[in-house]
Amino acid sequence: MNAPATAPASSMPAITYNFAYLDEQTKRMIRRAILKAIAIPGYQVPFASREMPMPYGWGTGGVQVTAAILGADDVLKVIDQGSDDTTNAVAIRTFFETTAGVATTTRTQDATIIQTRHRIPEAELKAGQTIVFQVPIPEPLRFLEPRETETRRLHGLADYGLMQVKLYEDIARHGHIATTYAYPVKVEDRYVMDPSPIPKFDNPKMNDSPALQLFGAGREKRIYAIPPYTQVVSLDFEDHPFKVQAFKEPCALCGATGVYLDEVILDDKGGRMFVCSDTDHCATRQAEGHTGTMSAPYAAQPGPLTPSPSPARGEGGNPTGIPSPLVGEGGSRPSRETGEGFATGESGEAR
Amino acid sequence: MTTDTPLLTAQGLAKYYGHRLGCRDVDLTLHEGEVLAIVGESGSGKSTLLGLLSTELAPTAGRVAYRMRDGETRDLASLSEAERRLLLRTDWGFVRQHAEQGLRMAVSAGGNVGERLMAVGWRHYGDIRSEATDWLSRVEIAAERIDDDPRTFSGGMRQRLQIARNLVTRPRLVFMDEPTSGLDVSVQARLLDLIRQLVEEFGLAVVIVTHDLAVARLLSHRIMVMKSGRVIEQGLTDQVLDDPREPYTQLLVSSVLAA
Ligand SMILES: Nc1ncnc2c1ncn2[C@@H]1O[C@H](COP(=O)(O)OP(=O)(O)OP(=O)(O)O)[C@@H](O)[C@H]1O
Ligand SMILES: [Mg+2]
Ligand SMILES: [Zn+2]
Repeated sequence: MNAPATAPASSMPAITYNFAYLDEQTKRMIRRAILKAIAIPGYQVPFASREMPMPYGWGTGGVQVTAAILGADDVLKVIDQGSDDTTNAVAIRTFFETTAGVATTTRTQDATIIQTRHRIPEAELKAGQTIVFQVPIPEPLRFLEPRETETRRLHGLADYGLMQVKLYEDIARHGHIATTYAYPVKVEDRYVMDPSPIPKFDNPKMNDSPALQLFGAGREKRIYAIPPYTQVVSLDFEDHPFKVQAFKEPCALCGATGVYLDEVILDDKGGRMFVCSDTDHCATRQAEGHTGTMSAPYAAQPGPLTPSPSPARGEGGNPTGIPSPLVGEGGSRPSRETGEGFATGESGEAR
Repeated sequence: MTTDTPLLTAQGLAKYYGHRLGCRDVDLTLHEGEVLAIVGESGSGKSTLLGLLSTELAPTAGRVAYRMRDGETRDLASLSEAERRLLLRTDWGFVRQHAEQGLRMAVSAGGNVGERLMAVGWRHYGDIRSEATDWLSRVEIAAERIDDDPRTFSGGMRQRLQIARNLVTRPRLVFMDEPTSGLDVSVQARLLDLIRQLVEEFGLAVVIVTHDLAVARLLSHRIMVMKSGRVIEQGLTDQVLDDPREPYTQLLVSSVLAA
């Protein structure tokens, strides 16, 4: 099925990769782990994680899962914190273009496989699609129980009082459940699972999703899964029910509401705006003629505003507050830090 | 089922660590509301016995049976891991000498007390919190300390917090291994007082390991004296301590008097 492919890049010497980089035996091993994970929703399956030609922080677990399930006909989308254009997303997309020669896209609807770090797209996923999450720490109980033997036993016995203790501590310290990302869920009323550092805003999208959801943790050597149409419930208390983040204003570029927004700094005088974290969603809406308060003057509505940023997005929006593993990215938004940087920013990538 | 049926029975219990004897030939019965002290010098097998009774250690020989809340007496070796854990965190308690082994040091006092409640399915924050507050006051910890973690507590407070954490599910049986040693004398006295009062109020059965005969005298109804892994004398606490039969017990008692 997956014949060895030759790297298409003409500028390179003729390096021969196996299709999607990993050898067939390794891919079979990973597929077995994936099948087991699908059979036991939410259960962490150990696998023999391989070294990949990129650092762990780049999502080698997700990359290995994608490599193992990728076929020649697949269309791949790669996002990092909602954006198709961060260094990380571009690197992984290029990696698979080079090693597998598959088609890639930024459009959620057109993708058959979506590899993601820190977000689930706003567009509803469909049956037949697979979303692959990059996971840094797969064990949701680690916060209170560092012993691996013990956490395994707790999962085995569905003994999850400890997880509730963590939420209790949150409320005791902050007055509400302050966990805003990697918010623990219970899958099919059995296993408690870490959804990876997506904002809790995305948690409800995991419930009863028509898409297959796969999770890969490279450094920690674990794979887990949520098969299509599986119940996924965010943990909470009766008197402190789970709530997603709400945003006061719509997206400044496309006017979308009910989506996850990133704050963008416009200048050093406190100017800022909120825009869709999902760049494809935002671009699609703008193309459909939707506008926001900061839409460019050429948009349908009279454009009131300066500066008028292009819809292009720089890298590095970090809604989770987790320091990015990318060297030089540092969790800040270098290309958006100043008005100039943003206004001129990377217009070549405008979509 | 009658309350004459013992709560806990052990027969022919033995534990070897490789070739080294931990304890052997131990038989005992414990009734509801009864306090049994296990005394003996260091290395005599007290903690080993406690570990066997509480299922923390697997016996080399012998068996332990317990009358469950539903009235059925079960051989503890026959419990599934899930049943055993449920027993440990509902109907039993374990108070340890070193609080770090009995508490979650990075979790607030309220979280420590609430953990068992959450483990058995409590999901109402307000209810958990008010139950925790109530238990903190029972063990004389000020309500305003509820969000502090035990690292900020004194030794005596930590032991009292351990007790609250254990008693919150109203267990019928509590194991204690040297709960007062290492504490100042005045702190010890206050803790013993509290334990005695709670034992009475809740009709707790207790197996307490101590090398301090004064502790045994204050708290226990019955006493077992261990030497080199075996029980050499047992009976009502006052009788054994006032009129010890065995030369070894006489020695223990006299050394206490001398101290
Ligand atoms: N884990 C172990 N491995 C090997 N030997 C052990 C172990 N635990 C206890 N022993 C041995 O078993 C015997 C009984 O020990 P145990 O800890 O039960 O005594 P103890 O009466 O509780 O003593 P102490 O008063 O010092 O706590 C001792 O000889 C001890 O060295
Ligand atoms: Mg001991
Ligand atoms: Zn938008």
